[in-house]
Amino acid sequence: MAEFALPKNSKIKAKGQVYKAAPDAKTKRNFKIYRYDPDSGQNPRYDRYELDLDETGPMVLDALIKIKNEVDPTLTFRRSCREGICGSCAMNIDGKNGLACTTAIEDCKGEVQITPLPHQDVVKDLVPDLTHFYAQYASIKPWLQTVTPAPAGKERLQSPEDREKLDGMYECILCACCSTSCPSYWWNADKFLGPAILLQAYRWLADSRDEMTGERLDELEDPFRLYRCHTIMNCANVCPKGLNPAKAIAEIKKLQVERAV
Amino acid sequence: MGRGTSLGRVRGLGSAHAGPHHWWMQRVTAAGNLLLLIWFVVSLARLPVLDHQAVVLWLKSPLAAVPLLLLVISVFWHLRLGLQVFIEDYVHEAGGKVACLLLLNAYVVVAAALCLFSILKIAFGGVPA
Repeated sequence: MAEFALPKNSKIKAKGQVYKAAPDAKTKRNFKIYRYDPDSGQNPRYDRYELDLDETGPMVLDALIKIKNEVDPTLTFRRSCREGICGSCAMNIDGKNGLACTTAIEDCKGEVQITPLPHQDVVKDLVPDLTHFYAQYASIKPWLQTVTPAPAGKERLQSPEDREKLDGMYECILCACCSTSCPSYWWNADKFLGPAILLQAYRWLADSRDEMTGERLDELEDPFRLYRCHTIMNCANVCPKGLNPAKAIAEIKKLQVERAV
Repeated sequence: MGRGTSLGRVRGLGSAHAGPHHWWMQRVTAAGNLLLLIWFVVSLARLPVLDHQAVVLWLKSPLAAVPLLLLVISVFWHLRLGLQVFIEDYVHEAGGKVACLLLLNAYVVVAAALCLFSILKIAFGGVPA
Protein backbone atom coordinates (compact mmCIF):
# COMPACT_ATOMS: atom_id res chain seq x y z
CA MET A 1 0.00 0.00 0.00
CA ALA A 2 0.95 3.63 -0.25
CA GLU A 3 2.65 4.73 2.97
CA PHE A 4 0.28 6.93 4.90
CA ALA A 5 2.19 6.93 8.19
CA LEU A 6 5.61 8.44 8.68
CA PRO A 7 8.56 6.04 8.98
CA LYS A 8 9.69 5.45 12.59
CA ASN A 9 12.69 7.73 12.35
CA SER A 10 10.62 10.58 10.86
CA LYS A 11 8.04 10.81 13.65
CA ILE A 12 8.30 14.01 15.63
CA LYS A 13 9.07 12.86 19.16
CA ALA A 14 11.64 14.83 21.08
CA LYS A 15 10.58 17.98 22.90
CA GLY A 16 12.20 20.87 21.11
CA GLN A 17 14.08 23.82 22.51
CA VAL A 18 12.42 27.14 23.26
CA TYR A 19 14.15 30.46 22.57
CA LYS A 20 12.52 33.50 24.16
CA ALA A 21 12.65 37.04 22.83
CA ALA A 22 14.22 39.83 24.88
CA PRO A 23 11.98 40.83 27.85
CA ASP A 24 11.48 44.37 26.47
CA ALA A 25 10.24 43.10 23.07
CA LYS A 26 6.88 44.69 22.22
CA THR A 27 5.56 42.77 19.19
CA LYS A 28 6.33 39.12 19.89
CA ARG A 29 5.62 36.27 17.50
CA ASN A 30 6.34 32.56 17.87
CA PHE A 31 7.93 30.52 15.09
CA LYS A 32 7.59 26.74 15.40
CA ILE A 33 10.25 25.24 13.16
CA TYR A 34 10.91 21.62 12.13
CA ARG A 35 14.42 20.50 13.11
CA TYR A 36 16.11 17.33 11.92
CA ASP A 37 19.79 16.45 11.95
CA PRO A 38 20.46 13.01 10.43
CA ASP A 39 23.92 12.91 12.06
CA SER A 40 22.42 13.15 15.56
CA GLY A 41 20.57 9.84 15.21
CA GLN A 42 17.56 11.47 16.87
CA ASN A 43 14.03 11.88 15.56
CA PRO A 44 12.89 15.28 14.28
CA ARG A 45 11.55 17.87 16.72
CA TYR A 46 9.95 21.30 16.70
CA ASP A 47 11.96 24.18 18.12
CA ARG A 48 10.15 27.37 19.11
CA TYR A 49 11.67 30.77 18.50
CA GLU A 50 10.08 33.92 19.83
CA LEU A 51 11.01 36.99 17.79
CA ASP A 52 10.39 40.71 18.20
CA LEU A 53 8.67 41.64 14.93
CA ASP A 54 9.74 45.29 15.40
CA GLU A 55 13.31 44.07 14.92
CA THR A 56 12.49 41.64 12.06
CA GLY A 57 11.84 42.14 8.35
CA PRO A 58 8.31 41.58 7.05
CA MET A 59 8.76 38.22 5.34
CA VAL A 60 9.06 34.70 6.77
CA LEU A 61 12.52 34.46 5.20
CA ASP A 62 13.56 37.58 7.14
CA ALA A 63 12.56 35.78 10.34
CA LEU A 64 14.52 32.65 9.37
CA ILE A 65 17.62 34.72 8.55
CA LYS A 66 17.29 36.61 11.83
CA ILE A 67 17.06 33.33 13.76
CA LYS A 68 20.11 31.94 11.96
CA ASN A 69 22.15 35.12 12.38
CA GLU A 70 21.21 36.07 15.92
CA VAL A 71 19.55 33.19 17.78
CA ASP A 72 20.50 29.74 16.51
CA PRO A 73 23.17 29.37 13.78
CA THR A 74 22.48 25.63 13.48
CA LEU A 75 19.13 26.24 11.73
CA THR A 76 19.51 25.05 8.11
CA PHE A 77 17.49 26.24 5.12
CA ARG A 78 18.02 27.16 1.46
CA ARG A 79 17.70 30.71 0.23
CA SER A 80 19.23 32.87 -2.43
CA CYS A 81 17.47 35.68 -4.31
CA ARG A 82 14.97 36.73 -1.58
CA GLU A 83 12.57 37.99 -4.28
CA GLY A 84 10.65 34.95 -5.58
CA ILE A 85 12.81 34.21 -8.59
CA CYS A 86 15.17 31.41 -7.56
CA GLY A 87 12.70 29.11 -5.79
CA SER A 88 15.29 28.03 -3.20
CA CYS A 89 13.32 28.91 -0.07
CA ALA A 90 10.26 26.78 -0.91
CA MET A 91 8.88 25.27 2.30
CA ASN A 92 5.61 24.56 4.07
CA ILE A 93 4.52 27.66 5.97
CA ASP A 94 1.39 27.66 8.10
CA GLY A 95 0.31 24.40 6.45
CA LYS A 96 0.69 25.65 2.89
CA ASN A 97 3.62 25.32 0.51
CA GLY A 98 5.15 28.63 -0.53
CA LEU A 99 8.28 30.70 -0.78
CA ALA A 100 9.51 32.05 2.55
CA CYS A 101 10.74 35.20 0.78
CA THR A 102 7.34 36.17 -0.64
CA THR A 103 5.17 35.05 2.32
CA ALA A 104 4.51 37.89 4.75
CA ILE A 105 4.62 37.08 8.46
CA GLU A 106 1.49 39.15 9.01
CA ASP A 107 -0.43 36.87 6.62
CA CYS A 108 0.23 33.88 8.91
CA LYS A 109 -2.16 33.11 11.74
CA GLY A 110 -0.92 32.77 15.31
CA GLU A 111 2.23 30.73 15.78
CA VAL A 112 4.03 30.41 12.42
CA GLN A 113 4.69 26.72 11.79
CA ILE A 114 7.42 25.98 9.25
CA THR A 115 8.24 22.50 7.94
CA PRO A 116 10.14 21.27 4.86
CA LEU A 117 8.25 20.59 1.60
CA PRO A 118 5.95 17.62 2.34
CA HIS A 119 6.69 14.00 1.48
CA GLN A 120 10.31 14.50 0.47
CA ASP A 121 13.38 13.02 2.13
CA VAL A 122 14.86 15.62 4.45
CA VAL A 123 18.56 16.41 4.13
CA LYS A 124 18.54 18.62 7.23
CA ASP A 125 15.99 20.88 8.95
CA LEU A 126 14.11 22.72 6.16
CA VAL A 127 16.20 21.33 3.28
CA PRO A 128 14.43 18.61 1.23
CA ASP A 129 16.24 16.24 -1.12
CA LEU A 130 15.10 17.24 -4.62
CA THR A 131 17.41 14.86 -6.55
CA HIS A 132 14.48 12.81 -7.88
CA PHE A 133 12.53 15.96 -8.81
CA TYR A 134 15.46 17.28 -10.85
CA ALA A 135 15.97 13.87 -12.52
CA GLN A 136 12.30 13.93 -13.52
CA TYR A 137 12.87 17.38 -15.01
CA ALA A 138 15.86 16.10 -16.98
CA SER A 139 13.78 13.14 -18.23
CA ILE A 140 11.41 15.36 -20.24
CA LYS A 141 14.36 16.86 -22.16
CA PRO A 142 13.57 20.47 -21.32
CA TRP A 143 15.27 22.04 -24.29
CA LEU A 144 14.37 22.92 -27.89
CA GLN A 145 14.52 19.83 -30.14
CA THR A 146 14.27 20.13 -33.91
CA VAL A 147 14.84 18.19 -37.10
CA THR A 148 15.31 21.33 -39.17
CA PRO A 149 18.87 22.65 -38.83
CA ALA A 150 19.23 26.04 -37.18
CA PRO A 151 19.14 28.91 -39.72
CA ALA A 152 22.63 30.13 -40.51
CA GLY A 153 23.67 33.26 -38.67
CA LYS A 154 20.34 34.02 -36.99
CA GLU A 155 18.02 32.71 -34.31
CA ARG A 156 14.87 30.62 -34.84
CA LEU A 157 12.02 33.08 -35.21
CA GLN A 158 8.70 32.95 -33.36
CA SER A 159 5.69 35.20 -33.89
CA PRO A 160 4.46 37.29 -30.94
CA GLU A 161 1.24 35.18 -30.97
CA ASP A 162 3.20 31.93 -30.72
CA ARG A 163 5.37 33.42 -28.00
CA GLU A 164 2.25 34.34 -26.03
CA LYS A 165 1.33 30.65 -25.89
CA LEU A 166 4.24 30.16 -23.48
CA ASP A 167 2.85 32.71 -21.02
CA GLY A 168 1.84 31.04 -17.78
CA MET A 169 4.55 28.40 -18.27
CA TYR A 170 7.89 30.08 -18.82
CA GLU A 171 7.48 31.84 -15.45
CA CYS A 172 7.82 28.53 -13.54
CA ILE A 173 10.84 28.67 -11.21
CA LEU A 174 10.86 24.92 -10.38
CA CYS A 175 10.51 25.54 -6.65
CA ALA A 176 8.58 22.23 -6.28
CA CYS A 177 5.80 23.83 -4.18
CA CYS A 178 3.15 22.38 -6.54
CA SER A 179 4.53 18.87 -6.93
CA THR A 180 5.08 18.41 -3.19
CA SER A 181 1.53 19.61 -2.44
CA CYS A 182 0.00 17.04 -4.81
CA PRO A 183 -1.41 13.89 -3.10
CA SER A 184 -0.93 11.90 -6.31
CA TYR A 185 2.73 12.89 -6.25
CA TRP A 186 2.95 11.88 -2.57
CA TRP A 187 1.71 8.36 -3.32
CA ASN A 188 3.31 7.76 -6.70
CA ALA A 189 6.29 10.11 -7.08
CA ASP A 190 8.44 7.22 -8.29
CA LYS A 191 6.53 7.19 -11.58
CA PHE A 192 4.15 10.19 -11.70
CA LEU A 193 6.02 13.22 -13.06
CA GLY A 194 4.01 15.67 -10.96
CA PRO A 195 2.58 19.09 -11.81
CA ALA A 196 5.83 21.08 -12.08
CA ILE A 197 7.47 18.69 -14.53
CA LEU A 198 4.29 18.23 -16.58
CA LEU A 199 3.90 22.01 -16.80
CA GLN A 200 7.44 22.12 -18.17
CA ALA A 201 6.66 19.23 -20.52
CA TYR A 202 3.73 21.20 -21.93
CA ARG A 203 5.90 24.31 -22.18
CA TRP A 204 7.91 22.45 -24.88
CA LEU A 205 4.83 20.86 -26.48
CA ALA A 206 3.39 24.36 -26.89
CA ASP A 207 6.56 25.88 -28.35
CA SER A 208 6.07 26.67 -32.06
CA ARG A 209 9.77 26.09 -32.75
CA ASP A 210 9.92 22.57 -31.27
CA GLU A 211 9.54 19.69 -33.76
CA MET A 212 9.53 16.71 -31.38
CA THR A 213 5.89 16.97 -30.27
CA GLY A 214 5.07 13.37 -31.21
CA GLU A 215 8.13 11.97 -29.46
CA ARG A 216 7.41 14.07 -26.37
CA LEU A 217 3.79 12.82 -26.31
CA ASP A 218 5.07 9.23 -26.74
CA GLU A 219 7.16 9.60 -23.59
CA LEU A 220 4.19 10.99 -21.61
CA GLU A 221 1.69 8.40 -22.88
CA ASP A 222 1.70 6.42 -19.66
CA PRO A 223 -0.88 5.66 -16.95
CA PHE A 224 1.55 6.78 -14.25
CA ARG A 225 3.73 9.49 -15.78
CA LEU A 226 0.74 11.61 -16.87
CA TYR A 227 -2.57 10.09 -15.84
CA ARG A 228 -2.05 10.11 -12.05
CA CYS A 229 -3.26 13.72 -12.18
CA HIS A 230 -6.81 13.66 -10.83
CA THR A 231 -7.28 17.47 -11.00
CA ILE A 232 -7.07 17.89 -7.23
CA MET A 233 -5.81 21.43 -8.00
CA ASN A 234 -3.51 21.82 -4.98
CA CYS A 235 -0.82 22.73 -7.54
CA ALA A 236 -2.64 25.83 -8.78
CA ASN A 237 -3.64 26.69 -5.21
CA VAL A 238 -0.07 26.87 -3.88
CA CYS A 239 1.96 28.08 -6.89
CA PRO A 240 3.82 31.19 -5.64
CA LYS A 241 3.95 32.50 -9.22
CA GLY A 242 0.17 32.14 -9.71
CA LEU A 243 0.52 29.52 -12.46
CA ASN A 244 -1.90 26.68 -13.21
CA PRO A 245 -0.06 23.37 -13.78
CA ALA A 246 -3.38 21.45 -13.77
CA LYS A 247 -4.45 23.34 -16.88
CA ALA A 248 -1.18 22.46 -18.63
CA ILE A 249 -1.74 18.78 -17.71
CA ALA A 250 -5.29 18.97 -19.10
CA GLU A 251 -3.85 20.38 -22.35
CA ILE A 252 -1.43 17.43 -22.59
CA LYS A 253 -4.33 15.00 -22.07
CA LYS A 254 -6.24 16.78 -24.83
CA LEU A 255 -3.29 16.39 -27.21
CA GLN A 256 -3.07 12.67 -26.33
CA VAL A 257 -6.75 12.19 -27.17
CA GLU A 258 -6.47 14.35 -30.30
CA ARG A 259 -3.94 11.98 -31.84
CA ALA A 260 -5.72 8.80 -30.72
CA VAL A 261 -9.43 9.46 -31.22
CA MET B 1 18.36 -1.30 -16.33
CA GLY B 2 19.96 1.95 -15.28
CA ARG B 3 18.49 1.75 -11.78
CA GLY B 4 21.77 2.90 -10.31
CA THR B 5 21.29 6.54 -11.31
CA SER B 6 18.49 8.94 -10.46
CA LEU B 7 17.72 9.59 -14.15
CA GLY B 8 17.77 5.83 -14.84
CA ARG B 9 15.23 5.29 -12.06
CA VAL B 10 12.95 8.00 -13.49
CA ARG B 11 13.19 6.62 -17.04
CA GLY B 12 12.53 3.14 -15.58
CA LEU B 13 11.04 0.66 -18.07
CA GLY B 14 9.96 3.50 -20.37
CA SER B 15 6.51 4.71 -21.34
CA ALA B 16 3.71 2.12 -21.32
CA HIS B 17 2.11 3.84 -24.36
CA ALA B 18 -1.27 3.48 -22.68
CA GLY B 19 -3.63 5.76 -20.85
CA PRO B 20 -5.40 8.01 -23.38
CA HIS B 21 -8.00 5.34 -24.25
CA HIS B 22 -8.68 4.66 -20.56
CA TRP B 23 -9.00 8.38 -19.84
CA TRP B 24 -11.28 8.96 -22.85
CA MET B 25 -13.55 6.01 -22.08
CA GLN B 26 -13.89 7.21 -18.47
CA ARG B 27 -15.32 10.48 -19.85
CA VAL B 28 -17.49 8.76 -22.46
CA THR B 29 -19.01 6.35 -19.91
CA ALA B 30 -19.52 9.25 -17.47
CA ALA B 31 -21.56 11.06 -20.13
CA GLY B 32 -23.40 7.78 -20.86
CA ASN B 33 -24.18 7.30 -17.17
CA LEU B 34 -25.55 10.83 -16.89
CA LEU B 35 -27.84 10.61 -19.93
CA LEU B 36 -29.05 7.05 -19.28
CA LEU B 37 -29.64 7.65 -15.56
CA ILE B 38 -31.73 10.72 -16.36
CA TRP B 39 -33.70 8.60 -18.84
CA PHE B 40 -34.13 5.87 -16.21
CA VAL B 41 -35.39 8.17 -13.47
CA VAL B 42 -37.68 10.13 -15.80
CA SER B 43 -39.08 6.91 -17.32
CA LEU B 44 -39.89 5.45 -13.91
CA ALA B 45 -41.41 8.72 -12.76
CA ARG B 46 -43.66 8.81 -15.81
CA LEU B 47 -45.14 5.33 -15.13
CA PRO B 48 -48.72 5.68 -13.89
CA VAL B 49 -48.09 3.19 -11.07
CA LEU B 50 -44.86 1.75 -9.71
CA ASP B 51 -46.01 -1.72 -8.64
CA HIS B 52 -44.17 -4.89 -9.67
CA GLN B 53 -46.44 -5.74 -12.57
CA ALA B 54 -46.33 -2.26 -14.10
CA VAL B 55 -42.51 -2.12 -14.00
CA VAL B 56 -42.13 -5.64 -15.42
CA LEU B 57 -44.51 -4.79 -18.26
CA TRP B 58 -42.60 -1.55 -18.91
CA LEU B 59 -39.34 -3.50 -19.12
CA LYS B 60 -40.73 -5.71 -21.87
CA SER B 61 -40.63 -2.81 -24.29
CA PRO B 62 -37.41 -2.71 -26.34
CA LEU B 63 -37.32 1.06 -25.75
CA ALA B 64 -37.00 0.34 -22.02
CA ALA B 65 -34.95 -2.87 -21.96
CA VAL B 66 -32.27 -1.76 -24.42
CA PRO B 67 -31.42 1.57 -22.71
CA LEU B 68 -31.42 -0.24 -19.37
CA LEU B 69 -28.95 -2.80 -20.74
CA LEU B 70 -26.79 0.08 -21.98
CA LEU B 71 -27.03 1.79 -18.59
CA VAL B 72 -25.78 -1.37 -16.84
CA ILE B 73 -22.88 -1.71 -19.31
CA SER B 74 -21.95 1.97 -18.97
CA VAL B 75 -22.14 1.98 -15.16
CA PHE B 76 -20.04 -1.18 -14.72
CA TRP B 77 -17.53 -0.09 -17.34
CA HIS B 78 -17.16 3.27 -15.60
CA LEU B 79 -16.89 1.59 -12.20
CA ARG B 80 -14.14 -0.69 -13.49
CA LEU B 81 -12.14 2.19 -14.97
CA GLY B 82 -12.50 4.34 -11.86
CA LEU B 83 -11.65 1.64 -9.34
CA GLN B 84 -8.66 0.59 -11.47
CA VAL B 85 -7.27 4.11 -11.01
CA PHE B 86 -7.99 3.92 -7.28
CA ILE B 87 -6.13 0.60 -6.97
CA GLU B 88 -3.18 1.87 -9.02
CA ASP B 89 -3.00 4.95 -6.79
CA TYR B 90 -2.83 3.14 -3.48
CA VAL B 91 -1.78 -0.50 -3.96
CA HIS B 92 1.90 -0.51 -4.81
CA GLU B 93 3.12 -4.09 -4.33
CA ALA B 94 3.09 -5.83 -7.73
CA GLY B 95 1.40 -9.01 -6.43
CA GLY B 96 -1.27 -7.20 -4.44
CA LYS B 97 -1.98 -4.84 -7.33
CA VAL B 98 -2.49 -7.66 -9.86
CA ALA B 99 -4.69 -9.57 -7.38
CA CYS B 100 -6.85 -6.49 -6.70
CA LEU B 101 -7.22 -5.73 -10.42
CA LEU B 102 -8.18 -9.34 -11.19
CA LEU B 103 -10.69 -9.31 -8.34
CA LEU B 104 -12.14 -6.03 -9.61
CA ASN B 105 -12.49 -7.40 -13.16
CA ALA B 106 -14.10 -10.59 -11.87
CA TYR B 107 -16.60 -8.65 -9.76
CA VAL B 108 -17.50 -6.30 -12.62
CA VAL B 109 -17.96 -9.10 -15.16
CA VAL B 110 -20.04 -11.31 -12.83
CA ALA B 111 -22.20 -8.48 -11.44
CA ALA B 112 -22.78 -6.92 -14.86
CA ALA B 113 -23.63 -10.35 -16.36
CA LEU B 114 -26.17 -11.01 -13.59
CA CYS B 115 -27.80 -7.60 -14.22
CA LEU B 116 -27.92 -8.12 -17.98
CA PHE B 117 -29.32 -11.64 -17.58
CA SER B 118 -32.01 -10.38 -15.20
CA ILE B 119 -33.13 -7.65 -17.59
CA LEU B 120 -33.20 -10.06 -20.55
CA LYS B 121 -35.09 -12.64 -18.51
CA ILE B 122 -37.82 -10.10 -17.76
CA ALA B 123 -37.80 -8.73 -21.31
CA PHE B 124 -38.16 -12.14 -22.93
CA GLY B 125 -40.07 -13.88 -20.11
CA GLY B 126 -43.80 -14.43 -19.79
CA VAL B 127 -46.31 -11.83 -18.73
CA PRO B 128 -46.82 -11.84 -14.93
CA ALA B 129 -50.18 -12.97 -13.72
